[in-house]
Amino acid sequence: MLSEITQCPEETYVFTQTKVSDLLEELFEKYPLLKEKNFQVAQNCKIINAESIIKETEIALLPPFAGG
Amino acid sequence: MSRYSRHIILPEIGKKGQDKLANAKVLVIGAGGLGCPVLQYLAAAGIGTIGIVDFDVVDESNLQRQILFGTTTLGKNKALAAKERLTDINPQVAIITYPEALTHKNAITIFEQYDIVVDGTDNFDTRYLINDAAIITHKPLVYGAIYKFEGQVAVFNYKNGPSYRCLFPTPPKKGSLPNCSEVGVLGVLPGIIGTLQANEVLKITLEIGTVLSGKIHYYNALTTQSYTLNLDRNQSAIDLVLKKKHTFSKQEDASFVCDNAIKEITIQEGLRLENTLFIDIREASELPKINQLPHIQIPVRELENRISVIKTNQIIIIFCQSGIRSKKAIQILQQNNIHDCYSLIGGALAIEKHYKLKLTTEKTSQK
Repeated sequence: MLSEITQCPEETYVFTQTKVSDLLEELFEKYPLLKEKNFQVAQNCKIINAESIIKETEIALLPPFAGG
Repeated sequence: MSRYSRHIILPEIGKKGQDKLANAKVLVIGAGGLGCPVLQYLAAAGIGTIGIVDFDVVDESNLQRQILFGTTTLGKNKALAAKERLTDINPQVAIITYPEALTHKNAITIFEQYDIVVDGTDNFDTRYLINDAAIITHKPLVYGAIYKFEGQVAVFNYKNGPSYRCLFPTPPKKGSLPNCSEVGVLGVLPGIIGTLQANEVLKITLEIGTVLSGKIHYYNALTTQSYTLNLDRNQSAIDLVLKKKHTFSKQEDASFVCDNAIKEITIQEGLRLENTLFIDIREASELPKINQLPHIQIPVRELENRISVIKTNQIIIIFCQSGIRSKKAIQILQQNNIHDCYSLIGGALAIEKHYKLKLTTEKTSQK
């Protein structure tokens, strides 16, 4: 669902010590439409919060789905 | 017992496991894309009691993915049509149908009669209602949701595990996310996700394997990629639900929240009124067709655009299949300043019943 906005399934970012909220800020600047979306962030397959520190890992964004 | 022989020869299941399935009571909410495969496998597996909640009727556009239905069940209530098919698959299963919407008012009473609840609904209002009612009644909730080519599965509220609100504390803004009928969905996707949900129900019941609790599984049908994310219980999100426990059944259901109260009327009362206009707001293809009662047909999705056909001096009586959509229609009328309008209690089914009864009485009195 979110990759419809970013038009790509994954991207690589290089950071030194950053928080989830900083990453989101960067993403929102690049993809303003993401701001409208509701989603959670996972690091290494674990849901984390905005204050969590991002290490050199894989980050996934998970939106809620309504359909059934 | 040859029906279950392939289960029973598995050491992990055996006769004892099959008895556990026979004693289990599972409630499936929504007999749609997800509900159909869930119901099909639970019935085939020999789950002893299955409850089905669905207010909706089978539409031709459902048949691409809702595999319990066919051309002969078009226009029928989904819970009732599903029961017919499931009884053929396995007559040993007791199937209890609720051909009505799940509401704050009825949820707790229904949930209390089951061991496990399965969410196969298609909107956030009902998903949060189900989650909260599962927390209050301490029932494990097997959750599934889909979007176009992507799906999610999880087991919530299982042995003190997290709930849906621990992942997404509040519903997204209304209309910010579309559902299947608005954006489309690959037909096989709910089959995959629903089958995973059925698998979780069997594992919980049989007490084997690892239940998908504290995790959410994501699947993408286009890339065949999947991953499982871990999530923690958020006690404060759960406490917020428990705090409202005593007033839960009195909470208003989101889709029907409206400034003006919706007036309801029975078919008998409606026929006694003068200068009335009956409007069938179902799709033209829906059954039963109403022949005896003079009325016009405007599907609810066209109502707003065709509102000019309604004269303001008339009393409007709206009917749909069972009375759910007519409430939506009334809201549209009220927003357009038409206030002398009623929702017909029981919808088209009540009209059909009224004329059938009348016919029988007439025949009897002729004798």
